[in-house]
Amino acid sequence: MIELDNVGYNYGGGELLSNVSVKLAPGSFHFLTGPSGAGKTTLLKLCYGALTPTSGRARAFNMDINGLDRDQMAFLRRRVGVVHQDCRFLDHLSVLENIALPLTVSGRDITQEEANLRELLTWVGLSERAHATPPELSGGERQRAALARSVILSPDVIIADEPTGNVDWEMSQRLLQLLVELNHMGKTVLVATHDLSLIRAAKKQVQARVLRISNRQLQQAGADL
Amino acid sequence: MSLSRLRNLIIGDAQADRVVPPSGFTAQLTLFVSGAMAFLAVFALALSLASGRLADRWADELARAATLRINAPAEQRAAQTEAALAILDQTPGVASARALSREEQAALLAPWFGAELPLDNLPVPQLIEVIEGEPGYDATGLRLRLQAEVPGAILDDHTRWRAPLVDAAQALRRLAWVSILLIGGATAAMITLAANAALAANAQVIEVLRLVGALDSYIAQAFIRRFTLRALVGASVGIALGMVGVWLMPEASREGGFLTGLGFQGWTWLLPLLIPLLGAIVAFAATTRAANKRLGDLA
Repeated sequence: MIELDNVGYNYGGGELLSNVSVKLAPGSFHFLTGPSGAGKTTLLKLCYGALTPTSGRARAFNMDINGLDRDQMAFLRRRVGVVHQDCRFLDHLSVLENIALPLTVSGRDITQEEANLRELLTWVGLSERAHATPPELSGGERQRAALARSVILSPDVIIADEPTGNVDWEMSQRLLQLLVELNHMGKTVLVATHDLSLIRAAKKQVQARVLRISNRQLQQAGADL
Repeated sequence: MSLSRLRNLIIGDAQADRVVPPSGFTAQLTLFVSGAMAFLAVFALALSLASGRLADRWADELARAATLRINAPAEQRAAQTEAALAILDQTPGVASARALSREEQAALLAPWFGAELPLDNLPVPQLIEVIEGEPGYDATGLRLRLQAEVPGAILDDHTRWRAPLVDAAQALRRLAWVSILLIGGATAAMITLAANAALAANAQVIEVLRLVGALDSYIAQAFIRRFTLRALVGASVGIALGMVGVWLMPEASREGGFLTGLGFQGWTWLLPLLIPLLGAIVAFAATTRAANKRLGDLA
């Protein structure tokens, strides 16, 4: 589904990632961990085409990501839902409109999708906050809204970058539960986190593979997790 | 541009319109610039049409009329006038010729010497008005014949001062068209600047839209539609005010000369209505170019 083959990434100052190879199989659940600044976010961006590798090859859905033009990249983004740590909302739109944004930009009439939207809002526990604006939401509510936006087009892959970074333990468990539910629906999930307790909690609910970035290389994490 | 894109541009999409937040100062700048430029364009157009009419009228009137002056001693003046009229009568291309009466000649001199001018006591030459037919007469041949048969006759076909006047009016017309082109260029430049400012101010919005899978054409259209409509509205207000201004100008009169003829006549009142359309086309082209370049830079 998504495959990095001997990928390297150079930020100009030096090499951040070197010879990274990973394959996200359909329906799999992956955690990506490592210290701050190790390159977790960079690796995620390489997976959904926000960055182009300086060496090696990145492929998604049997397409070479390096060779995609801007329109093809837009279609790829519709198949990969991304949850950013800072959520990236449009503050002048309501929560409902932000969640519906992928539908809007793909030319679908959101009035006809209202039932799906309401169901999704209920699923993430935000049905009472539909008409609030993003600055009015708490950290946990923002993350859940971002997760709802990432799945609105029913993508094949969900990539989340530190989704529990700004929330308390209880909320991080709720978010984890949502991600596990998505995986049980057949979605491929890749979550970058430095929260090892989250990974331990997840391993009780889902068969997750844990990858660690260390010294520019990607390694399979040991049984200590 | 495909028909569906054109339809979306005109009809719009309420959902898509909300995605890009309205940008305060660029909206006002676009409206003001379009309105002001359209206002100026109305006057430049009026000037162009008026100077064109003037050039045509001067060229036409002066080309058809000539004056024959009989500078002869008083006792020979009547005979030479008769002889000149006879020659003119026989000259092919002369539609008509007539000697001006004493009253007409006095009226011509009145602005300089007053109405009570004693014309009989002054050696004023006799003037003959010559109207040219179609095709015109041979001025050189007529001069030679008059020289031989009417020694006191001098033919003035107005060429000497007609050409510079017509040239001046035509230059004024060209100048007005150049002004209209400059107004169009300045509008395009200002709208490009405003569009670039709006695109730069919305860089984060563009990034979010791309993250959720928006095509660049979708993002560009949100800006293009907004700027095109603003230019259309601004220019419509501008031409309305400009047309009222032209309408309030004094009507054309011979006494007022060129200044009172500065306006539209008949169907030419419809011409300014094209200005908002052209303004919208200019805004569309300028914003499309700016958006495509900016989105390419941000990719």
